[in-house]
Amino acid sequence: MKPIAHLIELTESGMHCREGGFFVDPWRPVERAVVTHAHFDHTRLGCGSYLATPETALLMKARLGPDLHVRTLRYGEEIDANGVRLSLHPAGHILGSAQVRLERNGEVWVVTGDFKRAADPTCAHFAPLRCHGLVTESTFGLPVFRWPTADAVTTEISDWWRRNAAEGRPSLLLAYSLGKAQRILAGVDASIGPIFTHGAIEPMTRVYREAGISLPPTRAVAAATGRRELAGALVLAPPAAEGSAWTGSLAKASRAFASGWMQIRGNRRRRALDRGFVLSDHADWSALLQTVAESRAERVWITHGYAEELARFFKEKGLAAEALRAGQMAEEADA
Amino acid sequence: MKRFAALYAALDRTTGTAEKVRALADYFAAAPAADAAWALSFLIGRRPRRPVPTARLKRWAAEAAGIPEWLFAACYETVGDLAETITHLLPPERVEAGPLRPLSAWIEETLLPLRGLPEERQREAVLAAWRAMDSAERLAWNKLITGGFRVGVSQRLVVRALAARLGVEAAAVAQRLMGAWTPGEAFWERLGAACTDDADASRPYPFCLAHPLEEGPEALGPAAEWLAEWKWDGIRAQLVRRGGRVFVWSRGEELVTEKFPEIAAAAAGLPDGCVLDGEILAWREGRPLDFARLQQRIGRKDLTAKVLAEAPAVFMAYDLLESDGRELRAQALSERRAALAALLSAAGGPVLLLSPQLSAPDWPALAALREQARGRGVEGLMVKRLFSAYGVGRRRGDWWKWKLAPLAVDAVLVYAQPGRGRRATLYTDYTFAVRDGEALVPFAKAYSGLTDAEIRDVDRFVRANTTERFGPVRAVKPELVFEIAFEAIRPSPRHKSGVAVRFPRIARRRPDKRPAEADTLATLKSLLHAPAPPPAAS
Ligand SMILES: [Zn+2]
Ligand SMILES: [Zn+2]
Repeated sequence: MKPIAHLIELTESGMHCREGGFFVDPWRPVERAVVTHAHFDHTRLGCGSYLATPETALLMKARLGPDLHVRTLRYGEEIDANGVRLSLHPAGHILGSAQVRLERNGEVWVVTGDFKRAADPTCAHFAPLRCHGLVTESTFGLPVFRWPTADAVTTEISDWWRRNAAEGRPSLLLAYSLGKAQRILAGVDASIGPIFTHGAIEPMTRVYREAGISLPPTRAVAAATGRRELAGALVLAPPAAEGSAWTGSLAKASRAFASGWMQIRGNRRRRALDRGFVLSDHADWSALLQTVAESRAERVWITHGYAEELARFFKEKGLAAEALRAGQMAEEADA
Repeated sequence: MKRFAALYAALDRTTGTAEKVRALADYFAAAPAADAAWALSFLIGRRPRRPVPTARLKRWAAEAAGIPEWLFAACYETVGDLAETITHLLPPERVEAGPLRPLSAWIEETLLPLRGLPEERQREAVLAAWRAMDSAERLAWNKLITGGFRVGVSQRLVVRALAARLGVEAAAVAQRLMGAWTPGEAFWERLGAACTDDADASRPYPFCLAHPLEEGPEALGPAAEWLAEWKWDGIRAQLVRRGGRVFVWSRGEELVTEKFPEIAAAAAGLPDGCVLDGEILAWREGRPLDFARLQQRIGRKDLTAKVLAEAPAVFMAYDLLESDGRELRAQALSERRAALAALLSAAGGPVLLLSPQLSAPDWPALAALREQARGRGVEGLMVKRLFSAYGVGRRRGDWWKWKLAPLAVDAVLVYAQPGRGRRATLYTDYTFAVRDGEALVPFAKAYSGLTDAEIRDVDRFVRANTTERFGPVRAVKPELVFEIAFEAIRPSPRHKSGVAVRFPRIARRRPDKRPAEADTLATLKSLLHAPAPPPAAS
């Protein structure tokens, strides 16, 4: 086997491609940043320039300001960065999310960014890539994380909403504002009642609609929204919004949270939730194993979450795997 | 088993009492008698003894899941619950529809015989059980075989649901659940018998409850109109002696007679037809032992001689509600106390004690007595109106608890680790330190006291300010200051700080204080003025 050139190195500022002169999802402001997707823990403000998919560019501008300069690259399109061929490929995580593929002198490296392999009507499906070196996430890198099908979960959500609506109660569903909320919107049975979304979700949903994703109509929820309007409605809000002023009119609501963490009963109980729905935009254990196997990578670097455990597991299987020092990584915000 | 698993899932899912009662009622309405009896015994905490050592279960589960044991351990660390960890790790259930096997068959034919089998046969039986079950069944089953079957329902709720289902008074049901019985159809029939004469004799009175005295006692009027006694830190209980039998009821209206055989034996010497109100305490050499000791004892399944010797229980009586078969509740407290004193001077003894009446000429003198409370191992004073009748529930005005303020210091957060079970993905368990010169000396671990929002905030701080990791524990930058309250403090050579505090909890965050303004070890030690409780029996 020939030695593998490192097209990626880990620096204080994050993953660096020295030959190409850019960083992927840097942690600190750098000159040139390639951004896998628009979640906050992957988009550092203050970089000289950004490269991302057109959808990610729209989402970044909606979140960080319209003046942000983002150069766009479509899925599968290739550019040359100082002799490194760079292309972006669907990661299936959220709208616009991409894996970064780098190639130089026949060596291929892939950074998956956050990804999932489950069906999601709101974004392009994950594309498996072959490579020599793979940098993968491991937010849910333990075998206890095994997702039910998204269809089964959205059906559960609809059933819960329907039952609450029949009792005249609002259904407050906590979900991350970018990605998860829209995936739920696309999946629920919108005929049950009106759908309201929190102010942090509405602008993201607008971008999804502009990108041609068909979603049921939603209305913004505000402090002024009356109890009567909310009875029987589904209200989507980011987890951080719990307890803010407008939730007053939701005192009687049934409260639920949609997240991969809901797989663990303790998480649901601690938040005193009425329901926990296991719905994640990250790969579960089997999807992680499948992805590494299909890549045929000879070297695997692991970021986020359970990096140490997953690296040890692969090493025992004879693979050159390594956990990237998690201490410096931003903690996942969108599980 | 499916029906029982659904009941477990329903109880586990909801926090609402009404929903729990509904789930219980639905289950009891539909379950066959033998199943219902088994479910009932599990619900009220009569768990079968763990049939298989935990280490074996872990090994078999890891094998079945095809993962190494260290990875199983990592999963357990994250999930925080063994039965649930195994459930998540087992290979997906097979969809083949086997014959539905009732709970009673699973218990009687599979679970109970497990104990006597050689390891290999145990393994086969457990793996076969897992294969035959869906995921919900596996969770309930794993809870049973790991000995961890617990649901957040009190015996009272179960009794209420049962009573509704059987059409029998709740008190009768509670009484029939006492003693030794084997789950099965015969027991179920006895439980539902319509004639309740058997149960009437046991019934306690509703407890009279006290209010906390927030301000000074002067507003209560002259001290001479009040009876003062120590506020005991034990288990509130009524001792019912009727029809030649003894019943001990805790305030949760649970029968705890069997938990306190020495009290039951002593009460057999009381004349028939009397009911005493008081407190169960762990007691040695004329003073109460730590409440924790009593709590430990209640948690024990087997009351061995050792357990009884470590925490001998007494009944500290302070009121008499019935005597000679006559109810006394309408009489004045002063008269009831006199009758109680007379009764106990004749029939009391080292296990049936009379809570002493404290005599002091005025409120300042009583306040001075109250200051001694900590040293005596009590929580403060009770003051009760001498001419009051025995009230029902929390009627305001006649019974007051005048507790000591808890001890507290301002301390710095130094270590954090994820919660177990409750919350394995958030940093919720904290260690706090006081200053000692330049150093920070850890002295207390505390878990409770913060709101969910505060916990999430601290969790973020911990993640962003980790300086070192030791397994799951993170050392953090000493920056956050909290007020830590505790009930008592004693010297302890085992602790680095030289002191041990009891029931530490987070009183509040002190964002206004910097770590340099936290309290010192010297300040903490100055709280040690109270004499130490007697050492434990070994
Ligand atoms: Zn993400
Ligand atoms: Zn991420």
